[in-house]
Amino acid sequence: MTAAIVVFPGSNCELDVEHALGLIGVDTELVWHRDTDLTGFDGVVLPGGFAHGDYLRTGAIARFSPVMAEVERMAREGRPVLGICNGFQILCEAGLLPGALIANRDLRFICRPVLVVVEQTDSILTRAATAGQVLRIPLNSYAGNYVAPTTEMLQMEADERVVLRYCDALGDTTSDNPNGSTNAVAGLTNAGGNVAGLMPHPERAAEDILGSADGKILLESFALSLNDRAAASL
Amino acid sequence: MAPARYVQLGMSDSEFEEVVALLGRQPTDAELAMYSVMWSEHCSYKSSRAWLARFSSEAPWVVVGPGENAGVVDLGDGWLAALRIESHNHPSFVEPYQGAATGVGGILRDIFTMGARPIAVWDPIRFGTLDDSRNRYLLGGVVSGIAGYGNAVGVPTLGGEVEFADGYSGNPLVNVMALGIMKSDQLVLASASSPGNVAVLLGSPTGRDGIGGVSVLASAGFDDTAGSKRPTVQIGNPFEEKKLIEACLELYSRRLVIGIQDLGGGGISCATSECAANAGLGIDVDLDRVHLRENDMTPAEILMSESQERMLAFVDPGDLEEVLGLAAKWEIEASTIGTVVEGGTLQVSSDGEVVATVPAASLTDGAPLYRRPARRPASLDESWADPPVLPDQPDVGGALLAMLDDPALGDKSWIYEQYDHQLFLNTVVAPGHDGSLLRIKGTSKGLAVSTDGNGRLCSLDPRRGAARIVYESALNVAVTGARPFAMVDNLNFGNPENPEVMWQFIESVEGMAEACAALGVPVVGGNVSFYNETGGIDIPPTPVAGMLGFCDPMPARPPRLDAAKDAMKVWLIGSSRGADFAASAFARIVLDHLGGRPADVDHTLGPKVVAATSHLAHAGAPVLHDVGRGGLAVAIAEICIRSKIGVDLQVDHWTELFEESPHRCIVVADPDFDVDVGDLPRRVIGYTGGDRISFGPLGSVGVGEAAAAWRQALASRMTT
Repeated sequence: MTAAIVVFPGSNCELDVEHALGLIGVDTELVWHRDTDLTGFDGVVLPGGFAHGDYLRTGAIARFSPVMAEVERMAREGRPVLGICNGFQILCEAGLLPGALIANRDLRFICRPVLVVVEQTDSILTRAATAGQVLRIPLNSYAGNYVAPTTEMLQMEADERVVLRYCDALGDTTSDNPNGSTNAVAGLTNAGGNVAGLMPHPERAAEDILGSADGKILLESFALSLNDRAAASL
Repeated sequence: MAPARYVQLGMSDSEFEEVVALLGRQPTDAELAMYSVMWSEHCSYKSSRAWLARFSSEAPWVVVGPGENAGVVDLGDGWLAALRIESHNHPSFVEPYQGAATGVGGILRDIFTMGARPIAVWDPIRFGTLDDSRNRYLLGGVVSGIAGYGNAVGVPTLGGEVEFADGYSGNPLVNVMALGIMKSDQLVLASASSPGNVAVLLGSPTGRDGIGGVSVLASAGFDDTAGSKRPTVQIGNPFEEKKLIEACLELYSRRLVIGIQDLGGGGISCATSECAANAGLGIDVDLDRVHLRENDMTPAEILMSESQERMLAFVDPGDLEEVLGLAAKWEIEASTIGTVVEGGTLQVSSDGEVVATVPAASLTDGAPLYRRPARRPASLDESWADPPVLPDQPDVGGALLAMLDDPALGDKSWIYEQYDHQLFLNTVVAPGHDGSLLRIKGTSKGLAVSTDGNGRLCSLDPRRGAARIVYESALNVAVTGARPFAMVDNLNFGNPENPEVMWQFIESVEGMAEACAALGVPVVGGNVSFYNETGGIDIPPTPVAGMLGFCDPMPARPPRLDAAKDAMKVWLIGSSRGADFAASAFARIVLDHLGGRPADVDHTLGPKVVAATSHLAHAGAPVLHDVGRGGLAVAIAEICIRSKIGVDLQVDHWTELFEESPHRCIVVADPDFDVDVGDLPRRVIGYTGGDRISFGPLGSVGVGEAAAAWRQALASRMTT
């Protein structure tokens, strides 16, 4: 099984994602945003950073990068597609996930570990985790405040597609919302469950020496989904 | 009558006459522009050069010393580290966001110019006190600029330090230090190398921004027209720089670059003349080939422009096509603007006409050298005769709370949480501790960094103050388990034409040099920032040490401030009971006083304390904390707040809690931990436990109350 990691000009977490997935035995390959053929990859990661400088609006230019047609194809085919931070913003801009990410409530960049609770486990991001599990994972963003039209938000909640929410140490999602996200959304999936986006960086929480290894469970979930796809395409 | 052109460009009469004598004729406009930039204080170090020789850069592990874009040291197993410090004081006062942002951009180019990938940045910054809204605006703008650029360019910012004093109100200090790593075969130098090589200008188009940045802005003080200097500030584009970093690193790895220089202060003038002079060669430069942002620029403007995100690479003509192809892949612009030639002449043409013909070395090595007069300030005797008058029995708890509520002593997370400090997955000890610690993945090596300055201390005794800063930074890296390995310095001073400022400068250099020699730490680079004055008021003398520590292996569990547990023993190691209150935080916050003479360093004891501290980190001490500003009380309170635990501390006299004599470190460890410090003084001063920070009969403070004061000290002042 091999995952593609898309590198846009301005991406900066691609090597970190490669390193962290490598720790759990996932083969990865960096692909340039001009690549138009991702045949052979079982899934794809859109890493964090500032694609195309995030000029105009986060993800607004990146969604037009040539590689995005392939990302859309893989999403359509049910392959695992994961967007982390800037990658999440790009997936929203590209319409592969609902809603958008706007400036943090306090209008300041936030770089610190936050707590998130696993809301449901039927997704490529959380299938290895336990519902109610509280994870400590670094957040690192200026535009991390999730918003969506009310009807979409209601639908998403009804479909149980919010997979991670910001919470306090007891798992309470009504306090400690770091950036003002609607319903404390930290991560969600599409209707098919194969496209997921989250603002915290699981790759930054994959080793104890860096302060937390809680993010590993999310990366392992993604790896399991890659494995399933790889098996399916044999 | 308008002043002569050379005066507008910041040159003196005698310097202009020297140019005329050197060329044997009147310079052209373009030539005058080049000399004004290259002979500016900022580029030529003309007032400081004579003194900087005092620093030793000798050590077996030094690969590149001062004079190149960055110092380079050998970490073993084929790994090199590159480090550099720079100031962006003047631009940040005129325009805080862009000033600070382009400071980050500039220092990163200095690092990747050497062939290294920049892996971290630190920002020591200083402002006037926060009761003035303009200072709050400047701090907010500078932090946003560092975050905006650093986060987007994709290099983590691991902290720095912040200080507030009235003396910086008219002239804030924004210093920036960067660290890079590379394999030893990737080292590149700033040289044109050999005739026939072509000069390729990579990156952003050249525009009218930053013209006169180094000469008009950085090399003169401020008056009430500071706002009119805004067009001399450069504008940063981190996205362009990110692409430039990746493109250059790929150029190096494919061995396509023979020499390279970044375009910072002095722009094309500086990059071409330095590379030509370093190779003892000349360059024919064709300005018509330079990709421009504005088409009607004069040759002088193109030569002086400090547009950001540009590099000048020297490549073999046979490789040119591949170089241009790689630039196209990374979506950066590139133009071939010159050819390296025999002889030492830098010849510049524009519109088919030669507009400048100068000996390249005359721009660099030929710059003037001043030994400006120095005089000990008369006011110093008065200051020394006026030590703080200490109360008999102060309210210890109240004093501690007041100090924790000070924005310079309180929690800095309002600043560093705006910086991405985790990218690249190297950050083992994050901001908020004494020193940062980075791992080098795939090795057992660790790199620690601390930046330290203290303007108040140095204003009372620049030599002692500067030496103490060096020891403080050495101890700050030692608590992570590293040993001090190499240093860079940022020397921020007022107007060097003021003999008292010159004296402060010379004394500071002496103090730093002595301490570095005692510690065996080579000084591999530095930056001098003069003319930090507004309306004739000079800033406090503010040398800043940027210390790199190195360890191999890293401690299995590097000490942390939040690792204290119940029933641990608290030790104080290092110098025994002093009573140093001059320039202390207690004197400032509780007594509102600045006077007396700070205690001197001890060049025998100091290095031993550093070595013992590093040893204890490897021996498994859970908490090691340098005793610095605010003394023992603030240091232990920081441990208690971070570890969420109380302490019962025993001292003989309350002054021991707040005095700031150097060379001391707190150790918190299990009772059976062997605090092996050789023949150094050590004593048990207390035990952890409970929920109060208690000083026996002297008083106590609840940990929660202390934490509340500490946490909001800076944040509450910045969010009003």
